[in-house]
Amino acid sequence: MNRRLMWCWSSCLLLLATPTRASEVSVAVASNFAGPMQIIADAFAKKTGHHVTMVTGATGKLYAQIKNGAPFEVLLAADDTTPAKLEAEGLGVAGTRFSYAFGKLALYSSKAGYVDTAGAILGQGGFQHLAIANPKLAPYGAAAISVLRELHLLEMLRPKFVQGENIAQTLEFVVTGNAELGFVALSQILVSGKAREGSYWLVPEQLYPALRQDAVLLKKGEKNAAARALATYLRTESARRVIERHGYGLPPAPSGEHSEAPPHASK
Amino acid sequence: MLSAADASAVRLTLELASLTTALLLLLGTPIAWWLARTTSRWKGPIAAGVALPLVLPPTVLGFYLLLLCGPNGAIGRLSAALGLGTLPFTFGGLVVGSTLYSLPFVVQPLQNSFEAIGARPLEVAATLGAGPWDRFFTVAVPLARKGFITAAILGFAHTVGEFGVVLMIGGGIPNKTRVLSVAIYEHVEALEYSDAQFLAAGLVAFSFLVLLALYSLRADSRPS
Repeated sequence: MNRRLMWCWSSCLLLLATPTRASEVSVAVASNFAGPMQIIADAFAKKTGHHVTMVTGATGKLYAQIKNGAPFEVLLAADDTTPAKLEAEGLGVAGTRFSYAFGKLALYSSKAGYVDTAGAILGQGGFQHLAIANPKLAPYGAAAISVLRELHLLEMLRPKFVQGENIAQTLEFVVTGNAELGFVALSQILVSGKAREGSYWLVPEQLYPALRQDAVLLKKGEKNAAARALATYLRTESARRVIERHGYGLPPAPSGEHSEAPPHASK
Repeated sequence: MLSAADASAVRLTLELASLTTALLLLLGTPIAWWLARTTSRWKGPIAAGVALPLVLPPTVLGFYLLLLCGPNGAIGRLSAALGLGTLPFTFGGLVVGSTLYSLPFVVQPLQNSFEAIGARPLEVAATLGAGPWDRFFTVAVPLARKGFITAAILGFAHTVGEFGVVLMIGGGIPNKTRVLSVAIYEHVEALEYSDAQFLAAGLVAFSFLVLLALYSLRADSRPS
């Protein structure tokens, strides 16, 4: 019995000591993109043999971790300001930033037929709570505010706001029925291409500034070929199909050049 | 340095902690008394239930509160039917959540001090003709005074520092559910480190003073 334990223990140690570093890439991913990124990472690993370690979290939190020496090699942020800031601070590799997705905002209710396809319910009222992500922390929250401002409903609806600290928590408020409706990401209510139970309005994109999500190669990954390969892979057609299927808009397709970031033009 | 929004968060936190502490003493005293005296086979399960918030992540408690007390949950349906509305996103909801979460911090010190009294002083009081209520208020409560002080301080301080539950069920509404810990968290997340530090340092100093008071009190009054 004791011998068997010893054997287990030593084989565990051996496993831990096996060198796998050479083809590993560690990527920090904004929570909202964790789902599609998992699929992309799996496909990437299958194709290239590189192993992807994924850490997900709020972009602000990931930023603070990177600033404090977290060993991430690529960052997929939920905004475009964080990668730019990292590059300016020398923590991102200059010239490696690119947009990988555009977030789409949706007004969602877990009740079928509750939200009409033009969002008229916002003006009609009749609900107690409107969930939004904290606009100070989450780009989707800021987008929701700008939609309400455009619709001249901001002041009327402000007393009904309940804020999630991120869009995941905002969705939770809506799914549990505690808030009748809320502004969430389209990507959250699409489960492998099909909408969750309930009703939603896909908010017209001219009502809010583009929710550009940028990626950047981090200093720690500068020398890692696998990290660069992953950044390149994100712009391939197969990765783009995954991104689109999950409810994101796509940046313009990259031209033949593969290591150059596509221009930051709006679509 | 203290913005109006942050000042309101501080005030709200103190209100929440005071109300929660009062409620906890009311609820916790009979529970602790029962746990200290009983030989029932339910003692184990009840004590374990009271201690659960010590080991569960607050997000678990917050999540269940959100599910159960929402309009689709059992408790939520009941409270809505009674005309009380639903708990999430209200100050009352925070009070309920914090009470559950801080329960062991109040019950356990009280239970310990009730147990420390032992049966004898109560038996003596009984032979002198004191009824059960009389025995409790004139014998047990004065003897367990330190337990009450410890329980009140811990319950209050723990509620001030509470974060997970209020984040899950609060909804961050200014003047209603945006308490100090949530305000600090928001500042940190928004990279407003100087605002965060101001509040956080205040909380550290406050917590230290509270604990210092608690431990000095204990050291002073060790029974000889």
